[in-house]
Amino acid sequence: MYSFTMTLDKAVSEVAATSSPVEFRLDPTSGVPTYLQIVQQVEHALRLGYLKPGDQLPKVREVVASLAINPNTVLKAYRDLEHKGLASGRPGRGTFIDASLGDATLPVLAELRQSLRSWLTQADAAGLDEEGVVALVTSTLRDFSERRGVDDHRGAGARSTGSAIA
Amino acid sequence: MNIVETTGLGRRYGSTWALQDCTLALPAGRLIALIGPNGAGKSTLLNMIVGLTTPTVGEITVLDGRPAGSLAALDGIAFVAQDMPLYRNLSVGDMLHLTRNLNLSFDTVLARRRLTELGINEKQKAGKLSGGQQAQLALSLALARHPQLLVLDEPTAPLDPLARHDFMSSVMTAMADDGISVVLSSHLLAELERVADHLVLVSNGRIRVDGPVDDLIEEHRLVTCATAAASDHPGWEVIESSSTGTQTHRLVRLTSPTASIPSDCEARHVGIEELTLGYFRNGALAPLPALTGVSR
Repeated sequence: MYSFTMTLDKAVSEVAATSSPVEFRLDPTSGVPTYLQIVQQVEHALRLGYLKPGDQLPKVREVVASLAINPNTVLKAYRDLEHKGLASGRPGRGTFIDASLGDATLPVLAELRQSLRSWLTQADAAGLDEEGVVALVTSTLRDFSERRGVDDHRGAGARSTGSAIA
Repeated sequence: MNIVETTGLGRRYGSTWALQDCTLALPAGRLIALIGPNGAGKSTLLNMIVGLTTPTVGEITVLDGRPAGSLAALDGIAFVAQDMPLYRNLSVGDMLHLTRNLNLSFDTVLARRRLTELGINEKQKAGKLSGGQQAQLALSLALARHPQLLVLDEPTAPLDPLARHDFMSSVMTAMADDGISVVLSSHLLAELERVADHLVLVSNGRIRVDGPVDDLIEEHRLVTCATAAASDHPGWEVIESSSTGTQTHRLVRLTSPTASIPSDCEARHVGIEELTLGYFRNGALAPLPALTGVSR
């Protein structure tokens, strides 16, 4: 159910027709609710520096027209980003990025990626294939999240816990 | 405000009830998806909403309290029936002319602009257009009336995937631009995952489930347990169950917000498709009351 590898090209495209630096793409097979996919793609773009404070998110009408999704879904995603303090709506103009997800996260991310890589080497040596790795990470992550009682994505629950893997 | 409200609505053809005991309150500004097997009563309900069929029993109002079928109701509703109702021997331009003259208000400028954007030539005969273009023409004629409610009976069923995407994109853009409400019947469950925010499941002439998609997703789980450990739990309503000697899958509805999943079972959320199939597989179930959202 989780998309383990983050497909960045899905989240960020070079299409410059809109005033926003990002364009959303949906993965219909991911099992992740549509609004949450949009939230996650914004968060990933923020983490990886494709979106900065002051940048505009695609206008609701543009997203609706290109993805053929319900406008209420896009509004819900943008409201969620506003609740998280990541974006805010400017009446008549659109929704803009307010905060970054912290510049400090980039070196930390690199470090985590490093340790994940050495863990993967171990897993490979132990004979785990890719699916085995995904299954192990997924179930461990679920245990971890449940133990922390983390379920901040209301309405998504177990379908969303894969979002923290970058 | 409710875009459609029914109380004890029923329609009988001869001795057969096409729809009965239908009580609904459908909110405005949403896309309401009507799902059900063929012959379940979907088209009967749609026809009563737009005033083409009169109820045998019960009441139905639309657009915040206007009696269905009244002039005040008809003026605010646009309906695209299942077979893309166009006069096939008329040109696109003549279809525009005809529709303008048959309606109290008609935005010719909007209709022309949409058709130009879609690359549809007004001189072409309606019957010579591709399936996707015919659907878009019917939709353009409907939207040019600036309806508050757009009713679509299986609009994308005959279309190829690209035409279907473009059609739904047009409908969704109309929702974003004008805040219209949409009631749509469809068998294309995967498509509904992206567009529906309210579900009404109909089978055997009865409403089985009615509620906002978010609430329904929140309330249902697919629970997998070892068959030996599979037992009933308070706060669960089992919608569908299948089991092998070792494993039992159950689609459950959590009837209380505090209901929990036993630690030796795995649970996950389901999408519209799995939810719908679960309810329809278990056709023997008594009709369910309208679901109410879990309080947050």
